[in-house]
Amino acid sequence: MAHTHKTNWELIKNGMFSENTIFKMAISLCPSIAVTNSLKNGFFMGVSVIFVQTMVNLTVSLIRNFINPKIRIPIFMMVIAGYVSLIDMSMAAFARPVYKQIGLYIQLIVAFASIFARAEVFAVKNKIIPSIADGLGMGIGFFLAMIVISFFRELLGKGALWGFPIVQGNPLLIMVLPAGGFFAVGLLMGFFNWLDARMAAKREAAAAIETA
Amino acid sequence: MATEAKTHPLVVSVSPHVRDEESIARIMWTVNFALLPAFLMSVYYFGPRAVYVTGLCILTAFLSEHIYQKALNKKITSNDGSAVLTGLLLGMNLPSSVPFYIPIVGSFVAVVITKMLFGGLGYNIFNPALIGRAFLLLTWPKLMTIWVEPTAKFIALDAKTTATPLGILKEEGVARLMEVFGDKMSLYSSLLMGNRAGSLGETSAIALLIGAAFLLYKKYITWHIPLSFIGTAAVIAWLFGGKEGFLTGDPIAHILSGGMILGAFFMATDYVTCPTIRKGQIIFGIGCGAITMLIRLKGGFPEGVMFAILLMNCFAPLIDRNVAPKQFGAVKKKEEKK
Repeated sequence: MAHTHKTNWELIKNGMFSENTIFKMAISLCPSIAVTNSLKNGFFMGVSVIFVQTMVNLTVSLIRNFINPKIRIPIFMMVIAGYVSLIDMSMAAFARPVYKQIGLYIQLIVAFASIFARAEVFAVKNKIIPSIADGLGMGIGFFLAMIVISFFRELLGKGALWGFPIVQGNPLLIMVLPAGGFFAVGLLMGFFNWLDARMAAKREAAAAIETA
Repeated sequence: MATEAKTHPLVVSVSPHVRDEESIARIMWTVNFALLPAFLMSVYYFGPRAVYVTGLCILTAFLSEHIYQKALNKKITSNDGSAVLTGLLLGMNLPSSVPFYIPIVGSFVAVVITKMLFGGLGYNIFNPALIGRAFLLLTWPKLMTIWVEPTAKFIALDAKTTATPLGILKEEGVARLMEVFGDKMSLYSSLLMGNRAGSLGETSAIALLIGAAFLLYKKYITWHIPLSFIGTAAVIAWLFGGKEGFLTGDPIAHILSGGMILGAFFMATDYVTCPTIRKGQIIFGIGCGAITMLIRLKGGFPEGVMFAILLMNCFAPLIDRNVAPKQFGAVKKKEEKK
C-alpha cells in the first residue's frame, strides 16, 4: 500500500489545479460539454460531483481493508451508485427545474471516469483524512472547471448569467450549442496550458537567479 | 540554380535538381484570380455591399493571420495569398445583407481557429472558409439567411428580401419556383447568369465556370472531385428529387442553384483538406454529392454543400489511407502462404 506523502492542503490543491479533471486530465468531458450551457446547470453539476467524489473517497477508504482486490470494481460501482442515487433523488425533490434539464447527467455520474479513478488510485490505498482531502480537491477542481466553462458559454451564447440577461444584442448562439461546448473546452484548455507553461518558465527563471 | 550550374559546373548537391516555378503563393494567387469573374458578377448584382462584405472578409483574414504569426514569433506567410483566398471564399459565401461584424467574426474564426491553431496552412483538417461560414450560420441563423434580391443596379436603395431558389424549392415546391421565374428556360438562364437571390459569389454559375475552366487548364485542380461531386448530386436529384415520384427530379436546377458550383470547383478541391490520390478524390466527391442531396431533400436546411464538404473533410485522411496504391511487385500476405 503506497501511502501519500502530501499534506491535505497539497492534496486539495493538486485536485484543483495540477490534476484538474477537465483541463489537465481531460476525463469526464461529456458533462463538461453537455450541461455547461448555463451557469446554473454547471453549478449544480459541480456541486453534485463534489459531494459524490468526497463521499465515495471517504467510504472506499473506510472499507479499503475489507475489499477483495478481485471484486473491487463492482464494489466501487455500488458505492458510487448509492451516493448518486442519493443526490439524484434529493435534486429531483428540491431542485425540480434544474433537475429536468440535467437529471440524465446527474445519473451518469455513476460512470464518471474521474470518480472511479480516484477511488482506484487513491482512496483504496490511503487513510480516511487524506482520501477526503483528495476527493474534495478533485471535486472542487471539477466544479471550478464547470463554472468557468459555463460562465463563458452562457455569457457569450445567451448574453446572460444565471438566467439574468446582462448584454443586449445578438449573442453568439453557437456557444450554447454542442459545437460551442467543444470550442469553449478546447480554447480554455489551451489557455490554461499556456498559463502553466508561462508560470513554469517564470519559476525556472527565478530559480536560476537564486542559484546564480 | 541555373547560374550556379554555370559558374560551378561540377556542383554536387542533393535532389531535387530541377525545380518548377510553382509555389504556394503562385497557386493561391491564381485561384484568387480565377474567382475574380464571380466576384465582379456579385458586385454587378448586389451592388457596393458586395465589395464591403468581401473586402472586410479579406482584410480581416489577412490581418488576423499576420498578427497571429507576428505575435507568436512565427514565420510570416500572410503574403502567400492563402489568407486572402480564405477571406474571399468566405465573403462569397455570405448574403449581401449581413451586418459588418459578421464578416469580421467569420474571417477571424476561419483563419485563427480553423487554420492557425491547428498549425497553419497545410495542417488544417477542415476548409477554413467553410468552418467560418458554419460558425456564422449556427451563431446567427436569422441574419445569415436574409437573402436580398439582386438589383443589377447601383441605385436601388431599398433592398427587397426574398427566398433563394433552393429555399423556395424546399418550402413551396417546384410549381412556385416556376411561378417566380416564369418557364423552365428562364429559370435555367437566371440560375446560369446569377440573377437570383443567394450568397454573394455563388449565384453566377457562368462566371464560376469560367474561373474553374481556367484552373482546370492550368492543372491546379483536376476533374475528379468536381465531376464526381456534381455527377452524384445530379443523379440523386434526378432519381429522388421529384415530387411526383421516382425519376422525375430536375438535376439541372439542383446543380445550378445553391453553392454547388462554387463548392465543387473551389472549396472541395482545396489541396489541404481533400484526398491526394485520384481514386480517393472520386470517393470524396461522391460522398460530398450524396450528403449534399441528402440535406437538400431530407434535411432541415435548404442547402447542404457546406456541411457535406466539411463532413467529407473529416474522412479525407481515412480515404487516402485505404486507396493508397500497392508497391509494385508487393504480394499480399495470404497469397504468400500458398
